[in-house]
Amino acid sequence: MTSASASLGKNHTDMSSLVGGVLWLANQLKYPVLGCLCLLALWWFGGYLIKNDPDLSAFAAFAPGPTFSALYALVLSGELVQAITSSLYRILVGLLWGVAIGVPVGVLIGYVGIAMKIANVPFQVLRMISPLAWMPIAVLAFASWDAAIIFLIVMASVWPIMFSTAHGVRKIDPNWFKVARNLGASGPQMLSRIILPAIMMDVVAGIRLAVGVAWVVLVPAEYLGVTSGLGYAINDARDTLSYDTLAAIVLVIGVIGYCLDWLCGLLVKRFNWHLED
Amino acid sequence: MGATISLDYISHRYQAAGPNTLVGINNCIKPGELCALIGRSGCGKSTLLHMMAGLLIPSEGCVRINNKQVQKPSAKWNMMFQKASLYPWMSVKENAALGLLFAGVSPTQASEKIDGLLDMVGLHDKKDARVQSLSGGQQQRVALARSLATEPEVLLLDEPFSALDAFTRSALQEEVPAICRKLNITMVTVTHDIDEAITMADRVLIMSQNPGRIVDELSVDLPWPRRHMDHKFQHLRDELMQMFVQTETPDSQPTDTSISKTVAA
Ligand SMILES: Nc1ncnc2c1ncn2[C@@H]1O[C@H](COP(=O)(O)OP(=O)(O)OP(=O)(O)O)[C@@H](O)[C@H]1O
Ligand SMILES: [Mg+2]
Repeated sequence: MTSASASLGKNHTDMSSLVGGVLWLANQLKYPVLGCLCLLALWWFGGYLIKNDPDLSAFAAFAPGPTFSALYALVLSGELVQAITSSLYRILVGLLWGVAIGVPVGVLIGYVGIAMKIANVPFQVLRMISPLAWMPIAVLAFASWDAAIIFLIVMASVWPIMFSTAHGVRKIDPNWFKVARNLGASGPQMLSRIILPAIMMDVVAGIRLAVGVAWVVLVPAEYLGVTSGLGYAINDARDTLSYDTLAAIVLVIGVIGYCLDWLCGLLVKRFNWHLED
Repeated sequence: MGATISLDYISHRYQAAGPNTLVGINNCIKPGELCALIGRSGCGKSTLLHMMAGLLIPSEGCVRINNKQVQKPSAKWNMMFQKASLYPWMSVKENAALGLLFAGVSPTQASEKIDGLLDMVGLHDKKDARVQSLSGGQQQRVALARSLATEPEVLLLDEPFSALDAFTRSALQEEVPAICRKLNITMVTVTHDIDEAITMADRVLIMSQNPGRIVDELSVDLPWPRRHMDHKFQHLRDELMQMFVQTETPDSQPTDTSISKTVAA
C-alpha cells in the first residue's frame, strides 16, 4: 500500500486493496488461463474431426463434451474420490518410504566422502533402471498387489531424494558447524537447528522430483492386479469401451499430478533460503 | 565480568611426527584486558585462538580461563571469525539469538535482550531482514551481537574485519573495544595489521614463526578512542614495526616475554 492510499479512509483502503488484489490475480492468471483455453480448443477440434470421420466415430466420446459429463457422473457416484484416495494413499506410503530410506542414506553419502565414492556408480546404475522393470520381481517378492505397487513407487522416488539430500549436505558451509559448536550447540541441537534446516530445501526439491516420477509410474503400476486406483480405473474403462470415462480419468490424472507438483513447489519455496532477486 | 586467561606452557603439533606449530607459549591475560596477537601468516595465531575457544586442545600445556582448564567450547568464551557465517534460513534476530536458544533461554527473554544488542551494534532497523540482504560489515555486526548475547567473559576475534572495506573496518575497530570496555569483556584479537593492533589493544603480543612463540610484547597506553594521526600512535607503530622486524632475523633468540616495553601516553 502506498502511504497516500493508507492515509485515506479505512473503507476506501479496503476497497482499493480488494480491487488491487483482483487485478493482481487477473494479471497473474491471464497467461495460464489462455494456455488452458488453447488446450481445450485443440481438444475440442480433435473431437470434432473424430466425430466427422466415419472410421473413427466410435471414439467420439473422447471429445470434451462427453468427457465432462462422464467426469460429473464419476464425481456423483463417488467412484472418482475412491480411485483418487487409493492412488494417493499408495503414493504417500511409497514417498514416506522413499524419504525414510533416501534422506539418511543421502546424508551418509553426502557427509562421508568415501561412502559417496563407493555408492556413486552402483546407485547411478540402479537409478537408470525404470521402476517398472522391477514389476515382475515386485510381484514375486510381495504377497499383496498393494505392497508390490508401493515397492515400485519407492524404487521411483528413493533416487532423486537420496541424490538431492547428498547434494544439500555437501554444500553445507563447514564454518556453520564451527560457529554453532562455539555457541554451545549440543548434538541434537546441531541436527535440528543447523543440519536439517540447511538441507531441508534440497530434501524437498528431491521430493518434488520424486513425486513427478512416482506419479508417472503409479498409473501403469496400477494396471497390475489391484481393483482400485486411477490406473485400474483407466484399464477398466478401456475394457468396458467407456471412452468418455477413460478421457475423464486421464484428465483427472493430469490435474492431480499438476496439483501435487504445485504443492511441492510451495514447500520448496517455504524451505528455500537462497535470496531471490 | 571479564575473565583471566592463562596460557600455560602450550606447545602444539598437528601431526604426531610433524613440526611444532607452537612452542612454549606462556602468558597471562588479565580480566578486561584488550589484547592483540600479531604475527606473520602461518605463525599459529589462529591455532592459539582456537585453543582459547576450546575448539582445539593443545598437545602440551593447557589454557585456563578463571583457573578452569578449557576443554570444550562454551558460550562464555566466544569466538568471531573472519567470515560472519550467519545462517541464511534465519532472520537477523534469530541469528543473533542462536546462542541464547542453545542455552535454553526463553524466546521472550531472548528477544528483549537481542533488541538491545542489535541497537548497540547499530542494526536497529535491520532486525527482521534476511541476512543475505546485509552488507559484509552489517553481517559482521550481527555476528558481534550473536557473540555478545550469551554475555561472554572472553571475546576472541580471528581477523574479523579483514574482509571489510576500510571505512567499516575502522568503525568496528573503534566500536568493538569500546563495547568490550563497557561490558568488561576480556578481548583477544588476531591481526596482521599493526595499526589495527594499536587501535584496539592495551597490549600487543608479537609472535614469531616456525615454531610459533610469543617473542615480545608492547603495552599501548593511549587514550580512547585512538587517533591514527596522533604522534604517540605513530611512535608506537614505529616501535612495533621494529620489534616485528627483529623477530624475522634468522637466529634471533626468543626474548623473554616478561620484558614489556611501555611507552607512556
Ligand atoms: N588443521 C591443521 N592441520 C595441520 N596443520 C595445520 C592445521 N591448521 C593449521 N596448520 C598449520 O599450522 C600453522 C599455523 O596455522 P594458523 O592457521 O594458526 O596460522 P595463522 O597465524 O592464523 O595464519 P594466518 O595469518 O594466515 O591466518 C600453519 O603452518 C598451518 O599450515
Ligand atoms: Mg589465521
